[in-house]
Formats: sequence, structure tokens, C-alpha cells
Amino acid sequence: MENLINLTIDGIDVQVERGKSILEAAKIANVRIPTLCHHDDLCVAGNCRVCVVEVIGRPRLEASCAVPAEDGMKVLTSTPKVRTARKDIVSLLVAEHNTQCTTCYRSTNCELQSLSAEYNIDNDDYISVLKPQKPIDKSSWSVEKDDSKCVRCQRCVRTCAELQHVNALTASGKGNHMKISTFLELPMNDVVCTNCGQCITHCPTGALTERRYYSDIWEAIGDPTKHVIINTAPSVRVGLGEMLGFPIGTRVTGKMVTALKKMGFDSVLDTDFTADLTIIEEGSEFLQRLEDALVHKKQVALPMLTSCSPGWVKFIEHMYPNHLDHLSTCKSPQQMFGALAKTYYAEKMGIKPENIVSVAGMPCAAKKFEANRPEMKSSGYQDVDCGLTTRELGHMIKQSGLDFTNLQESHFDSLMGESTGAAVIFGATGGVMEAALRTVYELITGRPVPFENLNIVPVRGLEGIKEASVKLENCLPKYSFLEGVEARFAVAHGLKNARIIMDQIAKGESPYHFIEVMACPGGCIGGGGQPIPTNNAIRRKRIEAIYAEDEGLAKRKSHDNEELKKLYQDFLKEPLGHKSHKLLHTKYRKRNRY
Amino acid sequence: MADIQVLVKELVNKYGTKREALIPILQGVVASERYLSSEAMIEIAKELDISAAEVYGTATFYSFLETVPRGKYVIRICRTIVCEMNGKKDVLKILEEILKIKVGETTMDKKFSLLETNCIGWCHQGPAMLINDEVYSQLTSDKVREIIQDYIRNK
Ligand code: SF4
Ligand code: SF4
Ligand code: SF4
Ligand code: FES
Repeated sequence: MENLINLTIDGIDVQVERGKSILEAAKIANVRIPTLCHHDDLCVAGNCRVCVVEVIGRPRLEASCAVPAEDGMKVLTSTPKVRTARKDIVSLLVAEHNTQCTTCYRSTNCELQSLSAEYNIDNDDYISVLKPQKPIDKSSWSVEKDDSKCVRCQRCVRTCAELQHVNALTASGKGNHMKISTFLELPMNDVVCTNCGQCITHCPTGALTERRYYSDIWEAIGDPTKHVIINTAPSVRVGLGEMLGFPIGTRVTGKMVTALKKMGFDSVLDTDFTADLTIIEEGSEFLQRLEDALVHKKQVALPMLTSCSPGWVKFIEHMYPNHLDHLSTCKSPQQMFGALAKTYYAEKMGIKPENIVSVAGMPCAAKKFEANRPEMKSSGYQDVDCGLTTRELGHMIKQSGLDFTNLQESHFDSLMGESTGAAVIFGATGGVMEAALRTVYELITGRPVPFENLNIVPVRGLEGIKEASVKLENCLPKYSFLEGVEARFAVAHGLKNARIIMDQIAKGESPYHFIEVMACPGGCIGGGGQPIPTNNAIRRKRIEAIYAEDEGLAKRKSHDNEELKKLYQDFLKEPLGHKSHKLLHTKYRKRNRY
Repeated sequence: MADIQVLVKELVNKYGTKREALIPILQGVVASERYLSSEAMIEIAKELDISAAEVYGTATFYSFLETVPRGKYVIRICRTIVCEMNGKKDVLKILEEILKIKVGETTMDKKFSLLETNCIGWCHQGPAMLINDEVYSQLTSDKVREIIQDYIRNK
């Protein structure tokens, strides 16, 4: 085939498609070339030169990530010349780096550190040219920015631009003055950043990290007057293992619960409980909007957009402030949990709400910001005291000295610990939509959703925008106004795709009734708080784990959750009722577009 | 509409809203305002439907696209190696002495700003500097004194 070319890498014959880089060819040949500015998710930058190789017949070393493989090329990846160059390149980076590995959050998970170790960098070769340090930007609830640890690879800039279409970050200045900046060097909290944390998971070093709160949690756990509870999101149980020595895609649900109990949390609960609740509230809201539109001929905003991804919510507040009425008024499961923890849970358990410290273990950076939104105090207290990332939880488990690998498995506590498979799949892109359909279709028709084994396959997977539709037939009398309607759904993940969806809505051309949007590529399993690295291969494995967890559960529809039925019976009374309105729904605000 | 909106609109009408219009628009604003205010950058971002950070990043890349207000006369002394070897340091010292400002600063009366620039192509006659668009080369301490005095008195 003429589209295939042959070359050798370190003497190994490889065949690749024309247009592939030398680096990609090397991967096929199973030859590892070190990289730094390269990331599988992002366009080629070719700015670090760590990946240089020798190409026989060419005078200069070539950056293998940026140079296309050619027919007949002979590539050498590990000659003395290559090794010396790489060592010099890494040494120069270290010379301008604030090398503080002993106190750095990314230590043992840092690409610069491992390159330095691999090439045995000698600190005496180059004098330090570390610039005077600016204070770390800690203005944001979610993202910390420390320029002194930056290697200027621009992975963050490309992430924010290519994956998220936010462009909160830019490279300013040039040459040795170049740095990663925001508009006018404003603090992160004052710019259009959505707090999605994708720049963090794409940063090779400790220059961008989540703001960390786990010392506060240890403090609270040690305080006998405090009742410290934690709820963990579905994606944590399929990601956490990566921090603790398990292969990617391992489900560690039971061990995680045991570990958290042993660490001293007074109750270990499941965010999935309020994910199921979200489905009931959001599903009811969706049906209400349809009824208002079709029966009462009211002006209602359709399509309805999901609102459980706080990065997405902030994105639309900045970028499409005139279309906020499309967002479901439902809070995210984290915030529903918080609001109930200090009301329903407190009441049932006989604990004063002011003594409850409510912690959320999340795959997310934006949830830290969300927990601190002024809107989120409907229990009369701060509903969620603290959002932790999967990474922080991993650190805490390590600090606790537990032998995680050999822990027994245990179950979530009750109250608010029961969940269904529908809630588990919230973690993967398409999951909220699938869970909603499993419930809404049944509400409307009294029959299970017509997909084999409840698996709504068209909304699964990593395609940027996915669509599905169901024809509503033989509806129950209450929903006869929907008879014959072809309900259309879409799912978008990554804010780049959210923008496409929103542009359609802004033009009044959206063909859908209900759209799920997640800020992070892959959904929460690829969240900004998940273990680093993340790429599509890793996302796929985590997604597989999520669906395996769903299939393994006896109950797979949110409305079958028994604890949830009890919650409505004893406390909320009805979906969209007075209490729900006060505790589980919220408002949005317009934010600066620039 | 504020003046800056009018100006940006005019430039957009002239150069269009594609990404490649960014540089001519930035240049146009600097030509009439001498620098890019935050309002100007936001206005440009709106018109071109790009982020304000992107406008800022582009503007800061170019030495002649100022993002902070400067004096009426912007002195840019070449900082590259040839001028450096030909006595740029002394020239700079004199400039700082006469103007009573350091590199990066502007005089109280907003008449002069003192900046460094990368090579301006006058290596054969270094040290060299620009005052706005005017080139002054083969500078000596005396020559610089004369040039600046002339600006102070006559311009
Ligand atoms: S960023 Fe990496 S190399 Fe730098 S201090 Fe942190 S761990 Fe060390
Ligand atoms: S957190 Fe997300 S939106 Fe904010 S700078 Fe990083 S990638 Fe951009
Ligand atoms: S902040 Fe991180 S990702 Fe961004 S340029 Fe610096 S090292 Fe690279
Ligand atoms: S990884 Fe190839 S140039 Fe950076």
C-alpha cells in the first residue's frame, strides 16, 4: 500500500502510515523515546527537544515528536550524541527550575523529576538561573499556579485551548521572558477559568496543582467533637487504585471504603445515593418542562442541559450567560449530598449539623470551587465543607500507613450509602443520560427502556458528541401528551464539544430535548482530580471498570433505590416539592465573558 | 460607544475578523493610542471571538506592541550582544541619569519611556537606539546627551 512506509528504528523494521511522527513509529517498534512537551491528547508543540534522535544522513538531531517518519529512514534513539544532548537539555531545564522535590506535591509523579533521575543530572554542570520567584497564585479554590516549577512546555495552554476551548491560559512574553499567563497576569480566580483542572492533569510538573485541603480533614478527624463523613463519587473507585499500585481500571470500591473507615471517618457514604436522587429530581424537572411546553404552551427553555459538572456550569456562566435557563436547576450530586447531610442525615442520626464535617471525595478540581459557591449554603451551614480529589485521597491513604492492597472489602455505611448501577455510570460520559433514560422512559410508559439489558450503548464511548433517540409510545395516561413523540438526546464531553452544543442552542438550531454535558474529556473518570497521567487508553479502561461495576449491581435503575424511597417518604415528600426546591435546586449567575 | 470601541470597529472593518487580522488590528490600536489598554484588548477579543488571554499573549510577544501606557517618546535601546560590546552600558547609564528613570519606567511628565529591545538591525553602527521610529546609531555619552536635550527642549 502506498500509504504505508518502511523505516528502521534502532535496527528494528517498522511500517507506519505516512504522516506519522518518528515518535509514533518508535512506539510501534516498542522503542521508548523520552518526551516532555508531548502529550497524546494534544497537538505537537516540539518545544522541549527532550525527544531528539539521530536520523542517519541528517546533520542535526531531530525532535522525534515533531518530525514525520519517512520511507527508508534509519533512526537511532540511543547513541552517545543523543544521550548527551538529552542530558544537556534536561540539565538546562533543571538549571532554571525551583527544584524542591522534597516539598513538592508532584514528587514521584513528575516527568521532570523522572527524566532527571533517568539521565542522572549533575547539578554542578550548569549554574542555577532560577529567576526571582513570584508568590504562588492561590487565588482560586481549585487551581494553584507556581511558575517556579514550570518547564514552559505549554501543555496547559494547549489543553485549555484544544480540549476545553476556554483559553484562560496563554504564553506571554518571549524568549527567556516567556511564561504561562492569564489575561493581564490576573489571578486565576479573576479570569474565565472553569476550574476543570484539565491543565493540572496535563502538566508534567508541580507547576499546576489542585489546591489541597486534606490537612484540614486530618484535623477534623482528630477532633472528637466533630462527626466527619465522606461521600465518594463513582469515578474515585475506578481511579484510586492507580495511586496505590493497582493496574489502571481496577475497581477498588470495597478496599477504599475499608480504608476510609480505618482512617477515622465516622461514616463512609456514597455520592451515588444522591446521583440517584439527581436522576429523580432532574428527570421530573425534564418531564415538567415538556409538560409546560406541550400542554400549557408556556415559554420554557429546551433542550434542558444537565448541571452536575461544576466546570461545565462555570463555563456556560462565562461563555453563554444568556442561556442559563437551559441548565437544569438541580444541584450536582455532591451538593445535594451536602445539603442533605446537614439536614436529613443530621436529624435521623441525632447529630447537630454544626458538628458535622461533610467531605466529598471527587475526581474533580471544580468541585472545590463549587463547594465554596455562596449559593451552596441551603442547609443553613456550608453544605460541603471540603472537596478532595482522588489524588488527595490517595495521598491520605498512603499517609495513614494502611496496607491498602491487602485490605478486606467492606460496604458503604447507611444512611445515604445505598446506590444503583444507574448512579455508578454517572462517572463516564453518557452515564447521566443513560441513567436518566432508564428512569424517565419507565416513568412515562411504565415499561423498561427498550435497550438490551438496559445498556443504552449509543450514548457510551469516547466520541465527542453522541446522540440517541427513543420514540415514546403507549404512554401512561398521565403522560399522554408525549404519545408518539420522538425524544432526542445528546451527550457532549470536553468543553470543546460543549461549545458546539451551545452554539447550536444560541442559534436556536438545537434538535435535542435533553443534553448531558461533562466538562472533562471522557466524563468524570477523566476528571481534573484523577490520577495523572490521563489519556484515551487510560480513559477507556476506567470507563470499562465503571460499566462493569454497573453490571455487577442488582439494582440498576435510580428509582429502585430503597433508601431513596425512604428519603422521599420521610423527608422530601415528592420530587420538585418544597423541600427539594430549597435543598436540592439552585440558581446560576452571569459571569464575565473576558 | 466609547472611543476605543469605535477605533477597534474601524480596524475590524478594515482587516476582518479572522485570526490573521489580530496583528494588524493590534498595530492599528498602538498606532493611534500608543499602547493596548485592557479595554482595547477585550474589545478586540470580542470582535474576533477569541479569548482576552490570547490577545494578551500575542501582544506581549511583540516588543513594539505595548500593553502598558508609555511616554510620548519611547526610547528603545538595543540589548543584543554587538551593541553591548560597543558600549551600550555607558549609553544606558547616561540615559538613566538624564531621564532619572530606569529601564521599563516612564518619566513623571509622561514624555519619555526607557526600554530595551532585541536587535534592530544596526549592529554595524552600534550601540544603537530608537526614539519612537527614529534610529540613532554610533552612540556615545555626549551624543546621547545632545539628542535627549534636543527632545527635552524642542519637542
Ligand atoms: S516539579 Fe518535579 S522536579 Fe520540580 S520540584 Fe516538583 S517534583 Fe521536583
Ligand atoms: S482549570 Fe480548565 S479552564 Fe481553568 S485554566 Fe485549567 S484547563 Fe483552563
Ligand atoms: S504550567 Fe505545567 S503544563 Fe503549563 S507550561 Fe508549565 S510545566 Fe508545562
Ligand atoms: S517531546 Fe518532542 S520536542 Fe518536546
